[in-house]
Amino acid sequence: MNSSLLAWIVRAVPFGTIIMFGAMGEIATEKSGNLNLGVPGIMYLGGFAGFASAYLYEKNSPNPQVAVCVILALICCIAASMAGGLIYSFLTVTLRANQNVTGLALTIFGKGMANFFGVYLLNGASYTAAPMAYSAFSAKLFPAEKMGILGETVFGYGWLVYVAIIMAVVFHFVLFRSRLGLNLRSVGENPATADADGISVTRYKYLATCIGAGISGLGGLYYVLDYNKGIWATTGQIEALGWLAVALVIFTTWKPLNAIWGAFLFGFLYWLYQFLPDMLGLKVKTYVSDIIQMVPYVVTIVVLIVVSMRKKKENQPPASLGLSYFREDR
Amino acid sequence: MENAIELRGVTKTFGLITANKNVSMDIRRGEILALLGENGSGKTTLMNMLGGIYFPDRGEIFVKGKQVEITSPKDSYHLGIGMVHQHFKLVDVFTAAENIALGLEEKGRFNLNAVKAKARDICDRYGFDLNLDQKVYNMSVSQKQTLEIVKVLYRGADILILDEPTAVLTPQETDKLFAVIRNMRADDKSVVIITHKLKEVLEISDRVTILRKGEVIGTVNTKEATESSLTEMMVGEKVELNINRIPPVNPKKRIEVKHLTIVDEQNVRVLEDVSFDVMGGEIFGIAGISGNGQKELLEAIAGLQKCEPDSSIKYFAGEKADQEMNLLGMTPKAIRDMGIGMAFVPEDRLGMGLVGSMDMVDNMMLKTYDNGRGIVVDRSIPRRRAEMIRKKLGVVTPGLSTPVSRLSGGNVQKVLVGRELASNPTVLMTAYAVRGLDINTSYTIYNLLNDEKKKGVAVIYVGEELDVLLELCDRILVLCGGRVNGILDARKTTKEEVGLLMTNLQERRQA
Amino acid sequence: MKEPLIRIIKRQQPPLLNKILIRVIAIVLALVVDAVFIYGVTGLNPLAVYGVMFKGTFANAMRFSWALRDLVTLLAIGVALAPAFKMKFWNIGAEGQVLIGGLATAIVMVNCGNSLPTPILLIVMCIASVVAGGIWGLVPAIFKARFNTNETLFTLMMNYVAISLVSAATNIMRGQASSLGKLNMATKAGWFPKLWGQTYNINILVVAILAVVMFLYLKYTKHGYEIAVVGESENTARYAGINVTKVRIRTMIISGAICGLTGFLIVGGRDQTISTSTAGGNGFTAIIVAWLAKFNTAYMALIAFLLTFLSKGAAEIASTYALNDFASDIISGIILFFILGSEFFINYTLVFRKSRKEAAK
Repeated sequence: MNSSLLAWIVRAVPFGTIIMFGAMGEIATEKSGNLNLGVPGIMYLGGFAGFASAYLYEKNSPNPQVAVCVILALICCIAASMAGGLIYSFLTVTLRANQNVTGLALTIFGKGMANFFGVYLLNGASYTAAPMAYSAFSAKLFPAEKMGILGETVFGYGWLVYVAIIMAVVFHFVLFRSRLGLNLRSVGENPATADADGISVTRYKYLATCIGAGISGLGGLYYVLDYNKGIWATTGQIEALGWLAVALVIFTTWKPLNAIWGAFLFGFLYWLYQFLPDMLGLKVKTYVSDIIQMVPYVVTIVVLIVVSMRKKKENQPPASLGLSYFREDR
Repeated sequence: MENAIELRGVTKTFGLITANKNVSMDIRRGEILALLGENGSGKTTLMNMLGGIYFPDRGEIFVKGKQVEITSPKDSYHLGIGMVHQHFKLVDVFTAAENIALGLEEKGRFNLNAVKAKARDICDRYGFDLNLDQKVYNMSVSQKQTLEIVKVLYRGADILILDEPTAVLTPQETDKLFAVIRNMRADDKSVVIITHKLKEVLEISDRVTILRKGEVIGTVNTKEATESSLTEMMVGEKVELNINRIPPVNPKKRIEVKHLTIVDEQNVRVLEDVSFDVMGGEIFGIAGISGNGQKELLEAIAGLQKCEPDSSIKYFAGEKADQEMNLLGMTPKAIRDMGIGMAFVPEDRLGMGLVGSMDMVDNMMLKTYDNGRGIVVDRSIPRRRAEMIRKKLGVVTPGLSTPVSRLSGGNVQKVLVGRELASNPTVLMTAYAVRGLDINTSYTIYNLLNDEKKKGVAVIYVGEELDVLLELCDRILVLCGGRVNGILDARKTTKEEVGLLMTNLQERRQA
Repeated sequence: MKEPLIRIIKRQQPPLLNKILIRVIAIVLALVVDAVFIYGVTGLNPLAVYGVMFKGTFANAMRFSWALRDLVTLLAIGVALAPAFKMKFWNIGAEGQVLIGGLATAIVMVNCGNSLPTPILLIVMCIASVVAGGIWGLVPAIFKARFNTNETLFTLMMNYVAISLVSAATNIMRGQASSLGKLNMATKAGWFPKLWGQTYNINILVVAILAVVMFLYLKYTKHGYEIAVVGESENTARYAGINVTKVRIRTMIISGAICGLTGFLIVGGRDQTISTSTAGGNGFTAIIVAWLAKFNTAYMALIAFLLTFLSKGAAEIASTYALNDFASDIISGIILFFILGSEFFINYTLVFRKSRKEAAK
């Protein structure tokens, strides 16, 4: 196989995994009718909390254990992300605040939190690392080295990649094959009907948003502790990834299974600028690669337009997306 | 026979309006009970208290002999009461089976196939024709209704309440529905049908309970009832209103509607082949159970409805009414630009006629804001007009700058009617102009309409109170199922005649 | 009779005093939470820290002018969003519209900087930015009008298309240099001149005029009236004979155009260069500003001032106590949460079961 193509795949899959987590969480949230534009903020919170806990544990424990490090990072990441989801739910569901505005405020807040405290960890350096967490999270599940090309392209990634894929499959079954999923979808489609059928709209919205935030946060964790080699540096990168995750949700037409290939496709498109010219033996100017970077967004816009033109009901956003629901006072 | 449900002295008020007053009635096991009454007689409110939508202010409810409190639709389900509302509560993108499974509290693994099997059983037992894998958005209205009924039965209801079930059905579909209702009765279930269609009452029910103005007028065995006896109970004695009616003033044809047909988004023919003329100087009443095409008819004339190709709507301008102008396919602005003074008081006052968050002054210029040159709106005329209307009609408001949504219903209507009249129209259309208003305000409106008539305006009055229609109008068109079911001389007809035309489509028309 | 413990009732007409009081309480509470946060992280006396914060904006004339400069940037975008939001059109694409306007400005600056006299150059820059921003606003509006395409998601995606274009263009413009630096450094062509001796006065003046004009536009013009009616109810708009599609498209062109103009002000009057961070997140923050101000440009100025004050103050804290600038995001985030939450208490009252019984007595 062409070595550039190989390098491209090996780059695209982990990249896709970051936004797959982000998008899956947001699908769960949006299926409950909440349009949470705080995804970038939540991914910041999750990524930072996961990194910080692992880093501090490694640094301060005289005898750090890999398992403890992993579990600690996961728990802190999910807890911090869910806290973000909880703020959003409380404001939009209980206090009926506008969803778009609350989400954007959450993004500002999450970015601020992560970067503010990140500076303490950096302690003057331009970056800092958690090597144990990196090796734990990038650990391969399979003996990839012995498997040749297949090992590199399919089995050669850190275990969270496979967790993401399995999660998407499980999420698909929960959403489309379980009572829970049916009820959740009804809340996002037609909360008044759900309410009349005895489904607690408030509880579903809270749960979907908080659990969704926890899943999105894993994207941040994966970014820092595997993709970025366990290195924390104060950058704006996570924010762009968060918005790309929001784009991916549209691209998947709110279906978790589509998130798997969609995420990898986005990964390919994102790195297209670097690897395609290499593969074809071309030399392109940097500005060409900049323009190519817009491809994932343009594709998303096209999907959005096509879906709205074709009006196929199954591909539309949840009908009550972005709207607060409250039973009329009787 | 045993009683499935007993209501004792149930009263429900909304603010100052009493929807149900001291209602006592029984629903027996294994019977089909018709709940009959005019619009606004409190039928739906009463049944909503059984469905867990409202909670009574006073009174007791017994289900199968036990006193109960129904505080939510869930409580209602648990008691075996199933209510099918007029507006279906279904999720569009779900299949029939998924809608049935929604919110079920069954133990064990979720198994849609088991749900389907059980639902299919129900369908077979009663003869429902339902494809459980069909998506709701692909369903016709009657299919959706079938689904709602199956959903209710699935939840184990043995007391079914159907709110206006035939309002949206074709005669064939109605027959099918009645067949399954009879099957349910045979299965010892109780069925309540809320309706105002006398024919159907006589055809399907065992007993009829008649409501008027929120009170029970009586319960009769259907066998002993006739159309006219029921109509009399439903509409009551003729009440003298003493509205001052003058003969039509110098009548000339202003509006001519021919073969008007409208098909709505659900592909239902809401109006079919409607033809009539309206004269200047008369009040032309339109009677009918609400939802029989009145709204669409007025909106079509006002330029707000898409009509089928063969339809024709014309306006005749000039002193002699000899200048013919086409109104079909025109927008409200185009009609205005043609110089036609068309005033329209729509049914939805704050959702169409007025902007709730704006004050009286800004609402005055809703149709005239683009008068005059320049880009700036001129608020001086609207302000004077608002002040004038406030004085002349006695609008009670803290000030001209108070948003109209904060005014009471009567004052909102005065603002709307006042604005429309201030434009010096030649055609005035009103839909339910006195709905929800107190007696004094209602008379203010009647007098205003009469004044317009004297000026030679063609007034179209869509109303629901037959007494008013009979005393106010010169002619009355009765709409039924989107068709013209007769045009009557208001001075010669009777309440019963209008009532019958409202509820029964004439045979010759049905063919 | 069963009744829930707490019932939520919509307030009919909250008194003005009440509204102000609730908002003040929200801000005070937020500041208390912020103080706890500051103390928890730094162990510093929060009051002393707030004192330092004050200096961020008011320490001297230059600080104040910087604060004003940032305030007007935020305000300008808020002004641009006001008509769209009033029409209930969720334009989340301000960031991109600003960038594309800035990009158009920069391109004109670089390509025509030497050939056009200053006043004409500035006018061409301005027109280019307005057209570019207008187009960026127009595209989602057309699809919304034609296919009812979700405008929130569409405008959001357009931001990143703009970012890519800007980064491509900066790479072209910088040529072999490692970074773009200031445009037309030698000739200063296209740089805003000083007005009354101050560098940013033109920006401040233009935005002040914009805010006033937008206020008047929304309140006193036929267009403004149409926007208000369409935003309130499409049905009413049709009843009134308003062409809803036309109003939607026109208003989004205006919204995008003013965003584009903001890009012109930033590039010509503040940065004299273009980069992907030219808009600097103001496009998103302005959404919050516009929403909280309920589209009233005077309130917008107040809220923009509050946020600018906070961010300048946080920067001051950061440099005084060796913390970092991101504290401002946290502090603003918390304040925004509280203000957003406080809206509920303005629009609704809570009625407790007990108090209802008392009321019945």
